[in-house]
Amino acid sequence: MRIQRSCLLCYAREMTANDDNIIEIRDLWFARGATPIFKGLNADIKRGHVTALMGPSGTGKTTLLRLITRQLRPDSGRILVDGVDIADLSKSDLYKLRKRFGMLFQNGALLTDLTVFENVAFPLREHTSLSNRLIRHVVLTKLHAVGLRGAADMLPRELSGGMARRVALARAMATDPDILIYDEPFVGLDPISMGVIVRLVRRMNDALGITSIIVSHDVDEVSTVADISYLLSDGTVAASGSPAELNRASSELVRQFMHGMADGPVAFHYQAPDYAEQLLGRDSE
Amino acid sequence: MKKTRTVEIGAGLFALLGIGALFFLTTQATGGDDFAAKQVFHVTARFENVGSLKPRAPVSMAGVTIGRVQTIEFDADLLDAVVTMVIDARYDTIPDDSDASVLTAGLLGSQYIGLQAGGSDTYLEEGSEVPFTQSAVVLENLIGKFLVRGSNEDDDQ
Amino acid sequence: MLREAYVSLVVFVRTFGALTLFLLELIVQVPRVFVRRFPLIVAQVYNAGSLSLVIIMVCGAFVGGVLALQGYANLTRFNAEDAVGIFAGFALIKELGPVITALLFAGRAGTALASEIGLMKATDQLAAMEMMAVDPVRRVVVPRFLGGVIAMPLLVAVFSMIGLLGAHMVGVMLLNIDVGAFWQQMQSTLGLRDVMEGILKSIVFGIIASLLAVWEGYNAIPTAEGVSRATTRTVVLTAIAVLISDFMITAWFLR
Repeated sequence: MRIQRSCLLCYAREMTANDDNIIEIRDLWFARGATPIFKGLNADIKRGHVTALMGPSGTGKTTLLRLITRQLRPDSGRILVDGVDIADLSKSDLYKLRKRFGMLFQNGALLTDLTVFENVAFPLREHTSLSNRLIRHVVLTKLHAVGLRGAADMLPRELSGGMARRVALARAMATDPDILIYDEPFVGLDPISMGVIVRLVRRMNDALGITSIIVSHDVDEVSTVADISYLLSDGTVAASGSPAELNRASSELVRQFMHGMADGPVAFHYQAPDYAEQLLGRDSE
Repeated sequence: MKKTRTVEIGAGLFALLGIGALFFLTTQATGGDDFAAKQVFHVTARFENVGSLKPRAPVSMAGVTIGRVQTIEFDADLLDAVVTMVIDARYDTIPDDSDASVLTAGLLGSQYIGLQAGGSDTYLEEGSEVPFTQSAVVLENLIGKFLVRGSNEDDDQ
Repeated sequence: MLREAYVSLVVFVRTFGALTLFLLELIVQVPRVFVRRFPLIVAQVYNAGSLSLVIIMVCGAFVGGVLALQGYANLTRFNAEDAVGIFAGFALIKELGPVITALLFAGRAGTALASEIGLMKATDQLAAMEMMAVDPVRRVVVPRFLGGVIAMPLLVAVFSMIGLLGAHMVGVMLLNIDVGAFWQQMQSTLGLRDVMEGILKSIVFGIIASLLAVWEGYNAIPTAEGVSRATTRTVVLTAIAVLISDFMITAWFLR
């Protein structure tokens, strides 16, 4: 029986992808000052799958990530990771939880005074007592997986945007987390770099059986990589489903977003007084 | 790795320089505490006027500091000042008829007590009182005397 | 008007309280950082101290020289030129050493600390550390705070020493003051107590300057403008706080 490499990956994925939820968000309410950001949001992140969180700018996608990792606290509602409400965790349990996450920040957020190698080694040095030799092995492996083993001695300021993001991915992977979070991973990349990132996201998820959450508004790229997408708007989920389902959706809001239309439920014009009145009113003074 | 070495050496040199500077300041810029005798004995003296003598002022003999002024108190009965001095126990051969004066160090200097040796064969010991004292020179009295004498001479002529 | 004054007062008290709590939090973390991350502290002592040496030494030498000149010019009126040594020694060790060093430190090292931390905040590096379950206070803030606190007294000592040497050079070589008189007069007038006053001031100023610098950086608004505001505020607040506490310590020592 021919076992192609791709089939092996599929097999691995089948094995680890249960249909249970690793993260559940129930009736989440959150406001920043007077502005409400989430009004009763409900979402499930399935274990072993790639879930995308999409939506127009300003809907609070990054805020949601901060809520999931408890960098912020919800006003009401619950966020459960593996069935445990994260609001109840003590500080040490919280840090244990955070070790299960790997996060790729929008700009990479590499530590500027460390080399690429040291950046990837950072979480290992902080949380494990591995010997320098072992750390070197792990770091070089991770860098190889993202294709940057040769850049190990460079400083972050010497890297291009795409390279920095790949190093950040290697760093996020260093401690072999269960859940990888990508905050706008495709922003500002050239097509080649974007293709590389897309491939890495999918590969990492399948090969390692982890769960991935991508926050993005790049509909095309996300459609190629996500299993399930949530479209956020006005503080709740406007639509959810596989990319194909969303493409076929009939809701006006979903269609405006998925097809990139300039005007629709998300208005083109920012709120302003009547046009004629404002122009003529000025003239007559 | 090279960078860490430079950093460590730099920080180490800096720390050494700083500590060296501290050492310099405490030894070269100050006289230190040039009176820190282990064994001492106490002696008193009475003055009509101690001027601006302060506690911790030096007590010297033949120009050498042998002790310090410990306390200065006012005696309400005899209406004079009682100065208690603390003297290094090594100097146990100070005649007990010595003279203690309140002197000024330099032109703008602070005041101290100078001891002038007498000729007695018995010596000052713990609790002794220095019998002969000279009060501080008060400038106003001196000027007053000078003016009075001047006017007296005028009168004579 | 009165309402604004009241609001400012409330803000001041709140900020003072927040600063005190922050300082306590830092102090609590110090032992662990000392034991487990000593190299970080060494690196920060280098950053705050060794790299400030040039400005400290240059300014110290010239301040000492000025003291000699001014002292000489004014003491000749009383025929007391020999007292230049006392004058320079007093001024440097008790006042100018700690105060000027603190102000220079705030300008050079304080701004560097504030902008470094502020920039790390703005580029999400602090958030990334939190995500990787590393306490950014322990790894970034405390070492920098300790670096400043350790470096300041040493810098003050260097400033005072170089200042005295500068005064010596100007006084003895330029103004022909007697070498012996210069040092001997100083030694007989200055006591250990005066040096202690200078050292105490340097420690207090070091804590103030380092605390304000790391606090401003840590709480900076994460934009370019926010970081720049944080650095300017560091210098301004440090200057005010240093001079006020200088007054209080001097008054306390004179009682």
